[in-house]
Amino acid sequence: MKFLSIILIVSLSWLTFNLEAQSTPEALEIIEKVDANMVSKTSIVESKMVIQGRRKSRTVVSKGYSEGDKKSFTEYLAPAREKGTKMLKLDDKLWIYSPSTDRTIQLSGHMLRQSVMGSDLSYEDMMEDRELTDIYDAKVIGEDTLDGQKTWVLELNAKVDDVSYAKRKMWVDQERFVPLKEDLFAKSGELLKRVRLTDFSKTDGRWYPGKMNFKDMLKSGKGTDFIVVKIEFDPEIPPYIFSKASLKK
Amino acid sequence: MKLAFQLAYKNLVGAGLRTWLNVGVLAFSFIIIIFYNGLIDGWNEQAKYDSIAWEYGNGQLLHTEYDPFDPFTILDGHGVLENEQSKNLTPILLRQASIYPEGRMLSVALKGIDANQTTLELPTASLKNSTAKIPAMMGRNMADAANLKKGDEILLRWRDQGGTFDAAKITVAEIFETNVPTVDGGQIWIPISKMWEMTGLENHATYYVANENFQPKNISDWKYKSQEVLLSDLNEIIAMKKISGSIMYLLLLAIALLAIFDTQVLSVFRRQKEIGTYISLGMTRSQVVGLFTVEGSMYSIFAMILGSIVGIPLFAYLAKIGIGMPQASRDMGIPLAERIFPVFGIQLIVGTILLVVIAATIVSFLPARKISKMNPVLALKGKLQ
Repeated sequence: MKFLSIILIVSLSWLTFNLEAQSTPEALEIIEKVDANMVSKTSIVESKMVIQGRRKSRTVVSKGYSEGDKKSFTEYLAPAREKGTKMLKLDDKLWIYSPSTDRTIQLSGHMLRQSVMGSDLSYEDMMEDRELTDIYDAKVIGEDTLDGQKTWVLELNAKVDDVSYAKRKMWVDQERFVPLKEDLFAKSGELLKRVRLTDFSKTDGRWYPGKMNFKDMLKSGKGTDFIVVKIEFDPEIPPYIFSKASLKK
Repeated sequence: MKLAFQLAYKNLVGAGLRTWLNVGVLAFSFIIIIFYNGLIDGWNEQAKYDSIAWEYGNGQLLHTEYDPFDPFTILDGHGVLENEQSKNLTPILLRQASIYPEGRMLSVALKGIDANQTTLELPTASLKNSTAKIPAMMGRNMADAANLKKGDEILLRWRDQGGTFDAAKITVAEIFETNVPTVDGGQIWIPISKMWEMTGLENHATYYVANENFQPKNISDWKYKSQEVLLSDLNEIIAMKKISGSIMYLLLLAIALLAIFDTQVLSVFRRQKEIGTYISLGMTRSQVVGLFTVEGSMYSIFAMILGSIVGIPLFAYLAKIGIGMPQASRDMGIPLAERIFPVFGIQLIVGTILLVVIAATIVSFLPARKISKMNPVLALKGKLQ
């Protein structure tokens, strides 16, 4: 009898474990599904960046072209002060063209750690082009409800030394497979930045956020809103766009 | 010659107010020259003393890739010196970091220093004695800018050697008062052992400060800057200040000398009969020129006496209590104490005396030269020549 009970308990535990394993997808699987939604071969995005300062806010309008995660080109369209400024990123190099000086400079070292146009984003944040799975060990640590949506909570711990954030926590919508929130942590565990993604809409069969809010959690203020005005997935982008010559055009 | 001095003295005293006006202006110039130079010398001595005591020590050994004037070199400008080579040297590791006082971000230079050091006057003992997890100290200007006081905790964000962000609370263990802004503004000091732990840059330093027992030697990847080289910028600023100040007092001196010159021209013109009499009594022309020159230069002797009567108590008082410097001047980024104590050295006083006496003698001699061309008969008759 005792033997039968043990077999029953072991069998039940095994069954429960397997059921759980089936219902909780692997972190890698979730990230791949997220990438399928968010990442395209090429894209053209028209966006507004609302930088909310202590007293007033500033809106920077830009049009960005990207191919994969290694090439991107951004042209700033407004305000007048920033109009004509262009930014080209090829692999790990970043050039900025300023029309007022008619000069192109390459940013390196400390300059990459500066804020982009006074926002809560640094050039380095925009430069990170390595796959999350290459630099982080990801695991699903639980479930949560966010904005009325059921989410998987993923924890990503750095597996290489040269990453900006030692740990990330990501809330991924269980239905649409889009991230709704991401927290970026320091090595000590201190929460440094929070990214909130909202206003999702379906374009070309993909769910994409209409608004992203980047917030430096150590500073007061409302952070920086990145609003997607128009997005095109997988358009044809002529190769000359991703060349240094296009900066001065 | 004795006669010349006696006559000159009698003539000057006899001239009354005219003499005393000249003497007054010259004495004023005399006092201003000594005061201004004394003030600059006092500042020079104080700034050098403070810079050596708080920042330069007996020289610095800098990593070749580190340039104190280029913040972009901070990232890679550091290295390790072997134990034997780092004898008599205090290591300082510099990194960039941010603090978040009252919800705003403030970029700071985070400096790790050996808490046991005695080379510099930085009160590192307070770091050693603090029980806080990460004790920190900063200068008064930095504390005021961040609105921090002793015992406050503030969040610090920095990057480790791989570039990964890290953040922790630091505790203000000490706020020090210093006249050297280059160890104060925008800087936070923590124990270097803690900094090594925080950044993973074990035993690294950006630069070392030498004590008096350090013998400079060639070490690859490091360059030695002697105390003189480090102080050269300060010396240049002070030399420039001296030159710009000299324009002001040389102008004042020129006015006083012009007054003496005019008086001499007038004397030669009005005292033609007297000149003729001297020559008829047997004096040579050069003796008469000498008499008038001595008379002119005697203004400077009188000015010296008057200047001493007014100046000595004034300078003694100022050297004792010092001269207050406004806050705005102290924010310029150069070592400047709250009060500067002027230094009136013997070299300065003797130099100024010589300058005034020689200048007064020259301007007295120039109009007196005319006497040597005078016809004594016409001079006796008082006819215009």
